[in-house]
Amino acid sequence: MSDAVFAQVGEHLAGVAREAVVAHGTLALRVEPEHLLEVVRALKEQFGFDLFVDVTAVDWPEREPRFDVVWHFYSTRHFARVRVKTRVPFADPTVDSLVPFYGSAAFMERECHEMYGIVFRGNADLRPLLLYEGFEGHPLRKDYPKQKEQPLVPYREVKP
Amino acid sequence: MSAPLTHLPNPIRPAFDQGSTPGSVIVNIGPSHPATHGTIQIVAELSGERVLRTDVHCGYLHRGFEKECESHTWHNLIPYVDRLNYCSALINDFAYCEAVEKLMGIEITPRAKYLRTLLAEYSRIADHLTCIAAALMELGAMTAFLYLVTIRDYIYEHLADLTGARVTYSYGRIGGLAHDLPAGWLKRLGEILDEMDTFTGRVHGLVDRNRIFIDRMRNVGVLTTAEAVSYGFTGPILRSTGAPRDLRKDTPYLAYAELDFEVPVGIKGDNYDRYYVRMREIDESAHMIRQLVEMLPEGPLCVDDRRCTFPEKPLVYTEIESLINHFKLVMEGPQVPPGEVYSAHEGANGELGFYIVSVGGGVPWKVHCRSPSFVHMGGASKMLDGYQLADIVPTFGSINMIGGECDR
Repeated sequence: MSDAVFAQVGEHLAGVAREAVVAHGTLALRVEPEHLLEVVRALKEQFGFDLFVDVTAVDWPEREPRFDVVWHFYSTRHFARVRVKTRVPFADPTVDSLVPFYGSAAFMERECHEMYGIVFRGNADLRPLLLYEGFEGHPLRKDYPKQKEQPLVPYREVKP
Repeated sequence: MSAPLTHLPNPIRPAFDQGSTPGSVIVNIGPSHPATHGTIQIVAELSGERVLRTDVHCGYLHRGFEKECESHTWHNLIPYVDRLNYCSALINDFAYCEAVEKLMGIEITPRAKYLRTLLAEYSRIADHLTCIAAALMELGAMTAFLYLVTIRDYIYEHLADLTGARVTYSYGRIGGLAHDLPAGWLKRLGEILDEMDTFTGRVHGLVDRNRIFIDRMRNVGVLTTAEAVSYGFTGPILRSTGAPRDLRKDTPYLAYAELDFEVPVGIKGDNYDRYYVRMREIDESAHMIRQLVEMLPEGPLCVDDRRCTFPEKPLVYTEIESLINHFKLVMEGPQVPPGEVYSAHEGANGELGFYIVSVGGGVPWKVHCRSPSFVHMGGASKMLDGYQLADIVPTFGSINMIGGECDR
Protein backbone atom coordinates (compact mmCIF):
# COMPACT_ATOMS: atom_id res chain seq x y z
CA MET A 1 0.00 0.00 0.00
CA SER A 2 2.78 2.42 0.87
CA ASP A 3 4.63 1.63 -2.37
CA ALA A 4 1.87 3.24 -4.42
CA VAL A 5 2.05 6.42 -2.32
CA PHE A 6 5.83 6.47 -2.57
CA ALA A 7 5.63 6.22 -6.35
CA GLN A 8 3.12 9.09 -6.51
CA VAL A 9 5.19 11.27 -4.17
CA GLY A 10 8.36 10.52 -6.10
CA GLU A 11 6.68 11.40 -9.37
CA HIS A 12 5.11 14.60 -8.06
CA LEU A 13 8.30 15.84 -6.43
CA ALA A 14 10.69 14.72 -9.15
CA GLY A 15 11.46 18.36 -9.95
CA VAL A 16 12.51 19.41 -6.43
CA ALA A 17 13.76 16.27 -4.74
CA ARG A 18 17.46 15.73 -5.43
CA GLU A 19 17.21 12.15 -4.24
CA ALA A 20 14.25 9.88 -3.64
CA VAL A 21 14.98 6.35 -2.49
CA VAL A 22 12.98 3.82 -0.53
CA ALA A 23 15.07 2.14 2.17
CA HIS A 24 13.87 0.07 5.15
CA GLY A 25 10.26 0.91 4.35
CA THR A 26 10.82 4.68 4.44
CA LEU A 27 10.85 7.03 1.47
CA ALA A 28 13.92 9.25 1.89
CA LEU A 29 13.83 12.58 0.06
CA ARG A 30 16.68 15.06 -0.11
CA VAL A 31 15.64 18.61 -0.91
CA GLU A 32 17.23 22.04 -0.95
CA PRO A 33 16.26 24.27 2.02
CA GLU A 34 14.35 26.70 -0.22
CA HIS A 35 12.05 23.89 -1.42
CA LEU A 36 11.24 22.60 2.05
CA LEU A 37 7.89 24.32 2.56
CA GLU A 38 6.73 23.37 -0.90
CA VAL A 39 7.60 19.72 -0.32
CA VAL A 40 6.02 19.58 3.13
CA ARG A 41 2.85 21.26 1.89
CA ALA A 42 2.53 18.67 -0.87
CA LEU A 43 3.22 15.82 1.55
CA LYS A 44 0.63 17.04 4.01
CA GLU A 45 -2.13 18.33 1.78
CA GLN A 46 -1.92 16.04 -1.25
CA PHE A 47 -0.53 12.80 0.11
CA GLY A 48 -1.96 12.74 3.63
CA PHE A 49 1.23 12.77 5.70
CA ASP A 50 -0.59 14.26 8.64
CA LEU A 51 1.56 13.14 11.58
CA PHE A 52 4.74 15.09 12.17
CA VAL A 53 6.90 12.48 13.86
CA ASP A 54 10.22 14.04 14.50
CA VAL A 55 12.83 16.64 13.61
CA THR A 56 16.50 16.32 14.38
CA ALA A 57 19.88 17.09 12.83
CA VAL A 58 23.07 15.21 12.06
CA ASP A 59 26.44 16.90 12.38
CA TRP A 60 29.15 16.15 9.82
CA PRO A 61 32.05 18.41 10.95
CA GLU A 62 34.25 17.53 7.98
CA ARG A 63 31.63 18.33 5.40
CA GLU A 64 30.37 21.62 4.01
CA PRO A 65 27.39 22.25 4.28
CA ARG A 66 27.91 20.80 7.72
CA PHE A 67 24.47 19.89 9.05
CA ASP A 68 21.75 17.56 7.85
CA VAL A 69 18.34 18.54 9.16
CA VAL A 70 16.05 15.50 9.15
CA TRP A 71 12.26 15.39 9.40
CA HIS A 72 10.10 12.29 9.64
CA PHE A 73 6.46 12.17 8.65
CA TYR A 74 3.86 9.44 8.94
CA SER A 75 0.55 9.08 7.19
CA THR A 76 -2.27 7.80 9.38
CA ARG A 77 -4.17 7.04 6.17
CA HIS A 78 -1.55 5.18 4.11
CA PHE A 79 0.55 3.91 7.05
CA ALA A 80 3.66 5.11 5.23
CA ARG A 81 6.75 6.98 6.39
CA VAL A 82 8.70 9.73 4.67
CA ARG A 83 12.04 11.17 5.69
CA VAL A 84 12.95 14.63 4.36
CA LYS A 85 16.53 15.76 4.60
CA THR A 86 18.22 18.99 3.77
CA ARG A 87 21.72 20.38 4.19
CA VAL A 88 22.53 23.69 5.87
CA PRO A 89 25.93 25.35 6.29
CA PHE A 90 27.66 26.09 9.59
CA ALA A 91 27.68 29.84 8.86
CA ASP A 92 23.91 30.08 8.43
CA PRO A 93 22.11 27.01 9.79
CA THR A 94 18.64 28.29 8.98
CA VAL A 95 15.62 26.37 7.70
CA ASP A 96 11.95 27.22 7.55
CA SER A 97 9.78 26.28 10.49
CA LEU A 98 6.94 23.81 10.01
CA VAL A 99 4.76 25.50 12.64
CA PRO A 100 2.19 26.60 10.00
CA PHE A 101 1.54 22.93 9.15
CA TYR A 102 1.90 20.98 12.37
CA GLY A 103 1.10 21.95 15.96
CA SER A 104 3.77 19.67 17.34
CA ALA A 105 6.55 21.30 15.29
CA ALA A 106 7.01 24.23 17.69
CA PHE A 107 8.07 22.01 20.58
CA MET A 108 10.30 19.64 18.64
CA GLU A 109 12.06 22.46 16.81
CA ARG A 110 12.97 23.95 20.17
CA GLU A 111 14.88 20.80 21.05
CA CYS A 112 16.69 20.70 17.71
CA HIS A 113 17.55 24.39 18.06
CA GLU A 114 19.20 24.05 21.45
CA MET A 115 20.96 20.78 20.67
CA TYR A 116 22.37 21.71 17.23
CA GLY A 117 21.89 25.45 16.88
CA ILE A 118 19.62 25.07 13.87
CA VAL A 119 17.49 28.21 13.48
CA PHE A 120 13.88 27.64 12.46
CA ARG A 121 12.69 30.71 10.60
CA GLY A 122 9.13 31.47 11.65
CA ASN A 123 9.21 29.72 15.02
CA ALA A 124 8.87 32.57 17.52
CA ASP A 125 9.48 30.40 20.56
CA LEU A 126 12.99 28.91 20.50
CA ARG A 127 13.59 29.10 24.26
CA PRO A 128 15.74 26.38 25.86
CA LEU A 129 13.72 23.29 26.60
CA LEU A 130 15.74 20.37 27.93
CA LEU A 131 18.69 22.59 28.81
CA TYR A 132 18.53 25.52 31.18
CA GLU A 133 18.43 29.22 30.54
CA GLY A 134 21.94 30.53 29.92
CA PHE A 135 23.46 27.23 28.76
CA GLU A 136 26.27 28.01 26.33
CA GLY A 137 26.86 26.00 23.18
CA HIS A 138 24.99 23.22 21.42
CA PRO A 139 25.76 19.92 23.12
CA LEU A 140 24.96 17.51 20.29
CA ARG A 141 27.39 19.15 17.88
CA LYS A 142 30.39 16.91 17.49
CA ASP A 143 32.82 19.62 18.63
CA TYR A 144 31.08 20.21 21.98
CA PRO A 145 33.41 18.81 24.67
CA LYS A 146 31.62 16.04 26.53
CA GLN A 147 33.42 16.70 29.80
CA LYS A 148 32.57 20.40 29.89
CA GLU A 149 30.69 21.55 32.98
CA GLN A 150 28.37 24.53 33.16
CA PRO A 151 27.03 24.43 36.71
CA LEU A 152 24.04 26.66 37.32
CA VAL A 153 24.59 26.50 41.07
CA PRO A 154 28.23 27.29 41.91
CA TYR A 155 30.23 24.61 43.66
CA ARG A 156 30.51 25.20 47.39
CA GLU A 157 33.92 25.41 48.95
CA VAL A 158 34.84 22.49 51.15
CA LYS A 159 35.92 23.73 54.57
CA PRO A 160 38.81 21.82 56.09
CA MET B 1 30.66 32.14 52.35
CA SER B 2 28.70 30.83 49.39
CA ALA B 3 26.23 33.08 47.58
CA PRO B 4 22.75 33.17 49.12
CA LEU B 5 20.31 30.95 47.23
CA THR B 6 17.94 33.82 46.43
CA HIS B 7 20.47 35.20 43.96
CA LEU B 8 20.59 32.10 41.82
CA PRO B 9 19.37 32.44 38.24
CA ASN B 10 16.02 30.98 37.23
CA PRO B 11 16.66 27.82 35.17
CA ILE B 12 13.62 28.52 32.96
CA ARG B 13 12.25 31.49 31.11
CA PRO B 14 8.45 31.36 31.38
CA ALA B 15 6.48 32.19 28.24
CA PHE B 16 4.57 34.84 30.19
CA ASP B 17 5.10 36.68 33.45
CA GLN B 18 2.23 39.14 33.20
CA GLY B 19 -1.43 38.22 33.57
CA SER B 20 -3.55 38.61 30.46
CA THR B 21 -6.68 39.77 32.32
CA PRO B 22 -7.11 41.88 35.48
CA GLY B 23 -7.29 39.76 38.59
CA SER B 24 -5.52 36.73 37.16
CA VAL B 25 -2.57 35.26 39.00
CA ILE B 26 0.40 33.26 37.80
CA VAL B 27 1.39 30.23 39.82
CA ASN B 28 4.19 27.77 39.48
CA ILE B 29 3.46 24.04 39.83
CA GLY B 30 6.40 21.71 40.19
CA PRO B 31 8.95 20.43 39.46
CA SER B 32 9.09 19.26 43.08
CA HIS B 33 5.44 18.39 43.34
CA PRO B 34 4.27 14.79 43.82
CA ALA B 35 1.67 14.97 41.07
CA THR B 36 4.19 16.17 38.48
CA HIS B 37 6.07 12.90 39.00
CA GLY B 38 9.09 14.87 40.03
CA THR B 39 10.27 16.32 36.74
CA ILE B 40 7.77 18.70 35.17
CA GLN B 41 7.20 22.36 35.83
CA ILE B 42 3.94 23.99 34.81
CA VAL B 43 3.61 27.76 34.89
CA ALA B 44 -0.11 28.47 34.92
CA GLU B 45 -2.18 31.62 34.74
CA LEU B 46 -5.30 31.29 36.84
CA SER B 47 -8.50 33.25 37.03
CA GLY B 48 -9.92 32.08 40.32
CA GLU B 49 -9.67 28.30 40.04
CA ARG B 50 -9.81 28.27 36.24
CA VAL B 51 -6.64 27.71 34.22
CA LEU B 52 -6.35 30.36 31.49
CA ARG B 53 -3.08 29.21 29.94
CA THR B 54 -0.13 27.04 30.81
CA ASP B 55 3.52 26.81 29.91
CA VAL B 56 5.01 23.35 30.40
CA HIS B 57 8.74 22.99 31.03
CA CYS B 58 10.58 19.71 30.93
CA GLY B 59 14.27 18.88 31.06
CA TYR B 60 14.89 18.41 34.78
CA LEU B 61 15.83 14.79 34.08
CA HIS B 62 17.95 15.52 31.01
CA ARG B 63 21.15 13.51 31.18
CA GLY B 64 22.54 13.68 27.66
CA PHE B 65 21.38 10.28 26.44
CA GLU B 66 22.02 11.05 22.77
CA LYS B 67 25.46 12.56 23.41
CA GLU B 68 26.45 9.60 25.57
CA CYS B 69 25.38 7.17 22.84
CA GLU B 70 27.95 8.60 20.44
CA SER B 71 30.88 7.34 22.49
CA HIS B 72 29.79 3.80 23.35
CA THR B 73 29.51 0.67 21.24
CA TRP B 74 26.15 -0.45 19.88
CA HIS B 75 25.90 -3.14 22.55
CA ASN B 76 26.76 -0.80 25.41
CA LEU B 77 23.69 1.31 24.67
CA ILE B 78 21.23 -1.38 25.73
CA PRO B 79 21.33 -0.41 29.44
CA TYR B 80 20.89 3.24 28.42
CA VAL B 81 17.79 2.68 26.32
CA ASP B 82 16.35 0.71 29.26
CA ARG B 83 16.36 3.92 31.25
CA LEU B 84 14.28 5.90 28.76
CA ASN B 85 10.88 4.52 29.68
CA TYR B 86 11.61 2.74 32.93
CA CYS B 87 8.01 1.53 33.26
CA SER B 88 8.28 -0.66 30.16
CA ALA B 89 12.01 -0.97 29.61
CA LEU B 90 11.77 -4.11 27.47
CA ILE B 91 9.84 -2.31 24.72
CA ASN B 92 12.71 0.19 24.49
CA ASP B 93 15.24 -2.63 24.33
CA PHE B 94 13.46 -4.35 21.48
CA ALA B 95 12.78 -1.16 19.51
CA TYR B 96 16.43 -0.18 19.69
CA CYS B 97 17.71 -3.66 18.86
CA GLU B 98 15.37 -3.88 15.89
CA ALA B 99 16.66 -0.58 14.50
CA VAL B 100 20.24 -1.83 14.65
CA GLU B 101 19.24 -5.21 13.22
CA LYS B 102 17.56 -3.51 10.27
CA LEU B 103 20.77 -1.65 9.51
CA MET B 104 22.80 -4.85 9.78
CA GLY B 105 20.29 -6.79 7.69
CA ILE B 106 19.64 -9.36 10.40
CA GLU B 107 16.45 -11.34 10.74
CA ILE B 108 16.00 -12.65 14.27
CA THR B 109 15.14 -16.27 15.02
CA PRO B 110 11.48 -17.30 15.35
CA ARG B 111 11.82 -18.01 19.07
CA ALA B 112 13.32 -14.57 19.72
CA LYS B 113 10.58 -12.96 17.63
CA TYR B 114 7.72 -14.55 19.57
CA LEU B 115 9.43 -14.11 22.91
CA ARG B 116 10.06 -10.42 22.23
CA THR B 117 6.42 -9.96 21.30
CA LEU B 118 5.31 -11.72 24.48
CA LEU B 119 7.62 -9.68 26.69
CA ALA B 120 6.69 -6.41 24.97
CA GLU B 121 3.02 -7.06 25.75
CA TYR B 122 3.90 -8.08 29.29
CA SER B 123 5.78 -4.78 29.70
CA ARG B 124 2.85 -2.88 28.25
CA ILE B 125 0.63 -4.36 30.95
CA ALA B 126 3.09 -3.25 33.63
CA ASP B 127 3.24 0.25 32.16
CA HIS B 128 -0.53 0.65 31.92
CA LEU B 129 -0.96 -0.71 35.46
CA THR B 130 1.53 1.90 36.71
CA CYS B 131 -0.18 4.72 34.85
CA ILE B 132 -3.70 3.85 35.96
CA ALA B 133 -2.62 3.12 39.53
CA ALA B 134 -0.83 6.46 39.85
CA ALA B 135 -3.69 8.40 38.26
CA LEU B 136 -6.25 6.76 40.56
CA MET B 137 -4.12 7.29 43.64
CA GLU B 138 -3.86 10.98 42.82
CA LEU B 139 -7.65 11.07 42.85
CA GLY B 140 -7.66 9.39 46.26
CA ALA B 141 -8.54 5.85 45.15
CA MET B 142 -6.02 4.11 47.36
CA THR B 143 -7.60 0.65 47.18
CA ALA B 144 -7.54 0.59 43.38
CA PHE B 145 -3.94 1.75 43.51
CA LEU B 146 -2.94 -1.10 45.79
CA TYR B 147 -4.80 -3.68 43.70
CA LEU B 148 -3.03 -2.62 40.52
CA VAL B 149 0.41 -2.16 42.05
CA THR B 150 0.15 -5.60 43.64
CA ILE B 151 -0.12 -7.12 40.18
CA ARG B 152 2.61 -4.87 38.85
CA ASP B 153 4.88 -6.11 41.61
CA TYR B 154 4.12 -9.73 40.70
CA ILE B 155 5.14 -8.84 37.14
CA TYR B 156 8.34 -7.12 38.29
CA GLU B 157 9.32 -10.09 40.45
CA HIS B 158 8.48 -12.44 37.62
CA LEU B 159 10.61 -10.46 35.15
CA ALA B 160 13.38 -10.43 37.75
CA ASP B 161 13.30 -14.24 37.64
CA LEU B 162 13.89 -14.00 33.91
CA THR B 163 16.32 -11.09 33.61
CA GLY B 164 17.83 -10.57 37.06
CA ALA B 165 16.46 -7.05 37.51
CA ARG B 166 13.09 -5.66 38.54
CA VAL B 167 12.87 -2.49 36.45
CA THR B 168 15.79 -2.00 34.06
CA TYR B 169 16.39 -5.36 32.52
CA SER B 170 19.08 -4.99 29.78
CA TYR B 171 17.60 -8.16 28.35
CA GLY B 172 17.53 -7.41 24.63
CA ARG B 173 20.55 -8.22 22.51
CA ILE B 174 21.35 -7.23 18.96
CA GLY B 175 20.39 -10.39 17.12
CA GLY B 176 18.37 -12.02 19.88
CA LEU B 177 17.92 -12.02 23.63
CA ALA B 178 20.24 -12.41 26.61
CA HIS B 179 19.12 -15.92 27.60
CA ASP B 180 16.21 -18.31 27.43
CA LEU B 181 13.28 -18.67 29.82
CA PRO B 182 13.95 -20.37 33.16
CA ALA B 183 12.02 -23.54 34.00
CA GLY B 184 8.42 -22.96 35.06
CA TRP B 185 8.37 -19.33 33.92
CA LEU B 186 5.42 -19.75 31.57
CA LYS B 187 3.38 -21.55 34.24
CA ARG B 188 3.79 -18.63 36.64
CA LEU B 189 2.96 -16.26 33.77
CA GLY B 190 -0.44 -17.91 33.39
CA GLU B 191 -1.09 -17.65 37.16
CA ILE B 192 -0.24 -13.93 37.19
CA LEU B 193 -2.50 -13.20 34.22
CA ASP B 194 -5.39 -15.04 35.88
CA GLU B 195 -4.87 -13.13 39.08
CA MET B 196 -4.62 -9.88 37.16
CA ASP B 197 -8.04 -10.51 35.60
CA THR B 198 -9.49 -10.76 39.11
CA PHE B 199 -7.85 -7.55 40.29
CA THR B 200 -8.60 -5.44 37.20
CA GLY B 201 -12.19 -6.68 37.47
CA ARG B 202 -12.32 -5.31 41.01
CA VAL B 203 -10.90 -1.97 39.84
CA HIS B 204 -13.58 -1.82 37.14
CA GLY B 205 -16.16 -2.42 39.87
CA LEU B 206 -14.69 0.25 42.12
CA VAL B 207 -14.30 3.17 39.74
CA ASP B 208 -16.02 2.70 36.36
CA ARG B 209 -19.42 3.95 37.50
CA ASN B 210 -18.24 5.76 40.59
CA ARG B 211 -19.89 9.20 40.73
CA ILE B 212 -16.75 10.94 42.07
CA PHE B 213 -14.53 9.34 39.47
CA ILE B 214 -16.83 10.20 36.56
CA ASP B 215 -17.22 13.80 37.72
CA ARG B 216 -13.47 14.23 37.85
CA MET B 217 -12.67 12.42 34.58
CA ARG B 218 -15.57 12.85 32.13
CA ASN B 219 -15.30 15.88 29.83
CA VAL B 220 -11.97 16.89 31.32
CA GLY B 221 -8.87 17.29 29.16
CA VAL B 222 -10.84 16.74 25.95
CA LEU B 223 -8.96 16.34 22.66
CA THR B 224 -10.42 15.88 19.20
CA THR B 225 -8.78 13.51 16.74
CA ALA B 226 -7.69 16.41 14.50
CA GLU B 227 -6.04 18.21 17.42
CA ALA B 228 -4.39 15.02 18.61
CA VAL B 229 -2.88 14.29 15.18
CA SER B 230 -1.75 17.88 14.71
CA TYR B 231 0.02 17.89 18.08
CA GLY B 232 1.66 14.55 17.43
CA PHE B 233 -0.23 12.52 20.02
CA THR B 234 0.05 8.78 19.48
CA GLY B 235 -0.75 5.67 21.46
CA PRO B 236 -3.60 5.50 24.01
CA ILE B 237 -4.14 9.28 23.88
CA LEU B 238 -4.78 9.29 20.13
CA ARG B 239 -6.92 6.15 20.41
CA SER B 240 -9.00 7.72 23.20
CA THR B 241 -10.19 10.29 20.64
CA GLY B 242 -11.73 7.51 18.55
CA ALA B 243 -9.00 6.95 15.95
CA PRO B 244 -7.99 3.26 15.87
CA ARG B 245 -4.35 4.00 15.04
CA ASP B 246 -1.96 1.42 16.40
CA LEU B 247 1.39 0.53 14.84
CA ARG B 248 0.92 -3.09 15.89
CA LYS B 249 -2.06 -3.26 13.52
CA ASP B 250 -1.13 -0.67 10.88
CA THR B 251 2.51 -1.56 10.21
CA PRO B 252 2.89 -4.93 11.95
CA TYR B 253 6.33 -5.75 13.29
CA LEU B 254 7.61 -8.71 15.36
CA ALA B 255 4.81 -11.31 15.45
CA TYR B 256 1.80 -8.97 15.65
CA ALA B 257 0.55 -9.83 12.17
CA GLU B 258 -0.23 -13.37 13.36
CA LEU B 259 -2.09 -12.37 16.53
CA ASP B 260 -5.78 -11.86 17.08
CA PHE B 261 -6.43 -8.62 18.95
CA GLU B 262 -8.59 -5.53 18.91
CA VAL B 263 -7.64 -1.87 19.03
CA PRO B 264 -9.80 -0.27 21.72
CA VAL B 265 -10.83 3.34 21.11
CA GLY B 266 -12.60 6.01 23.14
CA ILE B 267 -15.52 8.21 22.18
CA LYS B 268 -14.63 11.67 23.50
CA GLY B 269 -10.88 11.87 24.05
CA ASP B 270 -11.22 12.86 27.70
CA ASN B 271 -9.56 11.55 30.85
CA TYR B 272 -12.19 8.85 31.32
CA ASP B 273 -11.60 7.50 27.83
CA ARG B 274 -7.86 7.45 28.36
CA TYR B 275 -8.39 5.45 31.56
CA TYR B 276 -10.74 3.04 29.83
CA VAL B 277 -8.61 2.59 26.70
CA ARG B 278 -5.66 1.61 28.88
CA MET B 279 -7.77 -0.83 30.89
CA ARG B 280 -9.01 -2.44 27.69
CA GLU B 281 -5.49 -2.60 26.29
CA ILE B 282 -4.42 -4.55 29.36
CA ASP B 283 -7.10 -7.13 28.48
CA GLU B 284 -5.96 -7.25 24.86
CA SER B 285 -2.31 -7.64 25.88
CA ALA B 286 -3.22 -10.52 28.19
CA HIS B 287 -5.18 -12.09 25.33
CA MET B 288 -2.12 -11.75 23.08
CA ILE B 289 0.22 -13.23 25.67
CA ARG B 290 -2.02 -16.29 26.05
CA GLN B 291 -1.90 -16.80 22.27
CA LEU B 292 1.87 -16.32 22.20
CA VAL B 293 2.47 -18.91 24.91
CA GLU B 294 0.80 -21.44 22.61
CA MET B 295 2.72 -20.24 19.53
CA LEU B 296 6.19 -20.01 21.11
CA PRO B 297 8.46 -22.23 18.96
CA GLU B 298 11.53 -24.15 20.13
CA GLY B 299 14.90 -23.38 18.62
CA PRO B 300 17.88 -21.07 19.01
CA LEU B 301 17.43 -17.67 20.61
CA CYS B 302 20.17 -15.66 18.90
CA VAL B 303 21.08 -15.50 15.24
CA ASP B 304 24.28 -17.25 14.25
CA ASP B 305 26.11 -14.12 13.14
CA ARG B 306 29.63 -13.41 14.30
CA ARG B 307 29.19 -9.66 13.79
CA CYS B 308 26.90 -9.32 16.80
CA THR B 309 26.32 -12.57 18.71
CA PHE B 310 28.76 -13.47 21.46
CA PRO B 311 30.28 -16.97 21.23
CA GLU B 312 29.44 -19.58 23.86
CA LYS B 313 31.50 -19.09 27.01
CA PRO B 314 33.12 -22.58 27.01
CA LEU B 315 34.35 -21.92 23.46
CA VAL B 316 35.86 -18.56 24.47
CA TYR B 317 38.02 -20.39 26.99
CA THR B 318 39.09 -23.21 24.71
CA GLU B 319 39.56 -21.95 21.15
CA ILE B 320 41.35 -18.92 19.75
CA GLU B 321 38.75 -17.91 17.13
CA SER B 322 36.00 -17.56 19.72
CA LEU B 323 38.33 -15.77 22.12
CA ILE B 324 39.23 -13.17 19.50
CA ASN B 325 35.59 -12.91 18.41
CA HIS B 326 34.59 -12.17 21.99
CA PHE B 327 37.42 -9.67 22.37
CA LYS B 328 36.53 -7.82 19.18
CA LEU B 329 32.86 -7.64 20.13
CA VAL B 330 33.67 -6.21 23.55
CA MET B 331 36.46 -3.83 22.55
CA GLU B 332 35.28 -2.67 19.12
CA GLY B 333 31.59 -3.43 19.24
CA PRO B 334 29.31 -5.02 16.66
CA GLN B 335 30.20 -3.84 13.16
CA VAL B 336 27.20 -2.00 11.74
CA PRO B 337 27.40 -1.04 8.05
CA PRO B 338 27.06 2.66 7.11
CA GLY B 339 23.53 3.92 6.66
CA GLU B 340 20.56 5.33 8.48
CA VAL B 341 17.25 3.90 9.59
CA TYR B 342 14.16 5.01 11.47
CA SER B 343 12.40 2.19 13.23
CA ALA B 344 9.25 2.66 15.29
CA HIS B 345 7.47 0.41 17.76
CA GLU B 346 4.16 0.97 19.50
CA GLY B 347 5.39 1.79 22.99
CA ALA B 348 3.05 1.81 25.95
CA ASN B 349 2.59 5.58 25.56
CA GLY B 350 2.72 5.89 21.78
CA GLU B 351 5.14 5.80 18.92
CA LEU B 352 8.62 5.02 20.17
CA GLY B 353 11.10 5.49 17.35
CA PHE B 354 14.85 5.22 17.01
CA TYR B 355 16.62 7.11 14.25
CA ILE B 356 20.17 5.80 14.02
CA VAL B 357 23.00 6.83 11.75
CA SER B 358 26.07 4.67 11.30
CA VAL B 359 29.30 5.46 9.47
CA GLY B 360 30.46 1.86 9.86
CA GLY B 361 32.25 0.39 12.84
CA GLY B 362 31.24 -0.38 16.37
CA VAL B 363 30.17 3.06 17.63
CA PRO B 364 27.07 4.94 16.44
CA TRP B 365 27.41 8.29 14.72
CA LYS B 366 24.02 9.35 16.00
CA VAL B 367 21.18 7.80 17.97
CA HIS B 368 18.01 9.82 18.20
CA CYS B 369 15.06 8.67 20.25
CA ARG B 370 11.61 9.87 19.23
CA SER B 371 9.93 9.45 22.57
CA PRO B 372 6.15 9.72 22.90
CA SER B 373 6.25 11.48 26.27
CA PHE B 374 8.36 14.34 24.92
CA VAL B 375 6.02 15.02 22.04
CA HIS B 376 2.99 14.72 24.33
CA MET B 377 4.42 17.39 26.61
CA GLY B 378 4.41 19.77 23.64
CA GLY B 379 0.64 19.38 23.36
CA ALA B 380 -0.13 19.09 27.06
CA SER B 381 -1.27 22.72 27.27
CA LYS B 382 -4.12 21.82 24.89
CA MET B 383 -5.49 19.44 27.51
CA LEU B 384 -4.90 21.68 30.54
CA ASP B 385 -6.08 25.12 29.39
CA GLY B 386 -9.63 26.06 30.19
CA TYR B 387 -10.17 23.52 32.97
CA GLN B 388 -9.90 23.80 36.74
CA LEU B 389 -6.63 23.95 38.63
CA ALA B 390 -7.51 20.65 40.30
CA ASP B 391 -7.99 19.03 36.87
CA ILE B 392 -4.29 19.44 36.08
CA VAL B 393 -3.48 16.48 38.30
CA PRO B 394 -5.78 13.83 36.74
CA THR B 395 -5.15 15.11 33.20
CA PHE B 396 -1.43 15.04 33.69
CA GLY B 397 -1.73 11.57 35.18
CA SER B 398 -3.67 10.36 32.15
CA ILE B 399 -0.91 11.54 29.77
CA ASN B 400 1.50 9.25 31.64
CA MET B 401 4.58 11.37 31.17
CA ILE B 402 7.70 9.31 31.87
CA GLY B 403 10.58 11.62 32.79
CA GLY B 404 13.28 9.28 31.54
CA GLU B 405 12.08 9.25 27.95
CA CYS B 406 10.73 12.79 27.92
CA ASP B 407 13.98 14.45 28.99
CA ARG B 408 16.42 11.80 27.78
